[in-house]
Amino acid sequence: MSNDATRKGIFIPFLRPITSLARRGLAGSAILVGAMMVVALALMTMISPWISPHDPIGINVGPILSPPSTQFPLGTNHLGQDMLSRVYSGGAIMFQVAILSVIICLAVGVPIGLFASYVGGYTDRLASLVMDSIYAFPGLVLAIAIAAMLGPGVVNIALSIAVVYVPSYFRIIRSQVLTIKELPYVEAAHMMGAKRLSILFSYILPNVVPSIVTVATLNFADAILTAAGLTFVGLGLPVSTPDWGWDLTYGRQLLTSGAWWVIAFPGLMIVLLAMGFTLLGEGLSELFNPRLQK
Amino acid sequence: MTLRSYVIVRVLLTIPMVMLLLTFVFLMIRVLPGDPARLHFSQRVDPKALVLFRHELGLDKPLLTQYFDYLFGLLRGDFGKSMVDFTPISRQIFSAFPATLELALASTIIMVVVGVLLGTIAAHSYNTAEDHSIRIFGIATYALPVFFLGEVLIIMFGIFLHWFPPGGRMYPGIMPTGLSIGEKHYATGLYVLDSLLEGDLQKLYLSVRYLTLPSLALGIVMSGIFVRLTRTNMLETLQLDFVTAAKARGLKERTVIYGYALRNAFLPVLTMMGLQFAGLLAGAVLTETTFSWPGLGRYLVDRIGFRDYTAIQGVVVFFGLIVAAVSLVVDILYAYLDPRIRF
Repeated sequence: MSNDATRKGIFIPFLRPITSLARRGLAGSAILVGAMMVVALALMTMISPWISPHDPIGINVGPILSPPSTQFPLGTNHLGQDMLSRVYSGGAIMFQVAILSVIICLAVGVPIGLFASYVGGYTDRLASLVMDSIYAFPGLVLAIAIAAMLGPGVVNIALSIAVVYVPSYFRIIRSQVLTIKELPYVEAAHMMGAKRLSILFSYILPNVVPSIVTVATLNFADAILTAAGLTFVGLGLPVSTPDWGWDLTYGRQLLTSGAWWVIAFPGLMIVLLAMGFTLLGEGLSELFNPRLQK
Repeated sequence: MTLRSYVIVRVLLTIPMVMLLLTFVFLMIRVLPGDPARLHFSQRVDPKALVLFRHELGLDKPLLTQYFDYLFGLLRGDFGKSMVDFTPISRQIFSAFPATLELALASTIIMVVVGVLLGTIAAHSYNTAEDHSIRIFGIATYALPVFFLGEVLIIMFGIFLHWFPPGGRMYPGIMPTGLSIGEKHYATGLYVLDSLLEGDLQKLYLSVRYLTLPSLALGIVMSGIFVRLTRTNMLETLQLDFVTAAKARGLKERTVIYGYALRNAFLPVLTMMGLQFAGLLAGAVLTETTFSWPGLGRYLVDRIGFRDYTAIQGVVVFFGLIVAAVSLVVDILYAYLDPRIRF
């Protein structure tokens, strides 16, 4: 009896979201696979100090440009650094930049989107104009310009990425708020004398949360790709930090020597991480918007 | 609303957006770092030299004067002076732009062909393994950094197989001269087109060979959105009555899909091409750097290395103006093709 209770009380609720997701067809599978990829890579990055066979920034731990072998399963780079250790720990910067840029986007994009679209009028028009101007601009070019001005550093890279992606949050929130604020229950709350702020946060915001989660997840993927792009054009962090983007950038100079392993594995990691977030975002988007489920 | 009034309204809407962008970039260069002149020099510099440097670039004038100088300069096609050698940036921009345009055009062809073709196949084989694989391809292209795909293509086809050159735009010392009338040459700067105008097949072959890998990399990465768009539109179109009627009349499946349904699903693809142009330019920056393609993106990345902030500002503004112009043209074209959106 107590066993049953334990099973119901702990295990089943824990597994229920997973089993119910698996039953939701392609969207559910995308969420599961995406989440697994992201969690696996995050775990790998977190435990990297314990599982790395060598110091990821130590030079000459092996021969220079050695192809994958039993001793160095992913080979070594031009500084004799072990690529396996660098692959294990190279995601930390990506995660930091992505998380920070998403937090900045949430902190700026969500309040502006909520207030401007709820208040309407000139405030909304002005906010829309500013956001549309940024949105229409080639994101990476703008991020490059801002990052070049701000200089290197995790916070600066995250800031330059956030400026580019705030409009995505604004647009999605605005479109939702414009629909929700006309719904009868919001009008009813208004009639009953609820304050505007409490309507905004207690009645409208909870309905916008699913869209915010979806945009934020897709934003993670964009932030990772943009961060890698910024590193690629020379606006990344100093050499001393192991980073997939850095390996991919400097590995380019070694291509003519045929050292494919220097770029293949870090590149694959970036693709897997961005793909994990994309699958997660796409799955969530289909789950919350069944009309798009085709 | 007539097409003429739609065009006027659309142009009027573009002006504040462009002005905002210009102001944003202007302030970003002058306010974010504090003093761009001091930041340009990585080491300590003689204060007298710094004063002269600021004067040469007009950075010593009041901010408002600088702002109006910058705006009126842009109207004349003047994008400012380089911090490195004080030469006009516009000359560099206009000479590098054709390379970027050629890459963007070739990539557009690849992205639309790959996207529309795969999207149509996916819709046709809805909910089969083929459909799922194509959808995964769409997501994978979204997660693929263009420079990584570029590097993979360079290794495979440039270094191991030697099918295509691993970088550059043309064999050194050769440049298509374009159309020759008498002594004069009229070149567009687009090497494929110039080779054709010159009538030199050898140069045409070479320029296509150099163009193939960069445009493949950029085109494939950008094709994902078109796969999804075409697939969704085709799925909707295939359920419409006229498709059923065409099938009922005994037309071949292939004729119905490619002749009837695809034509109808194509209009949103055109709008998406306009929307994706900004993404294409951003992708071009990375593609050009990967393949040493001497376009605007490469110029921008070079300038970052020199801390040439005025040049960075010039290129960013130029990119913004091009994107605004393209989205204006695409919107007008769309309104012309589909009169419903004017109302």
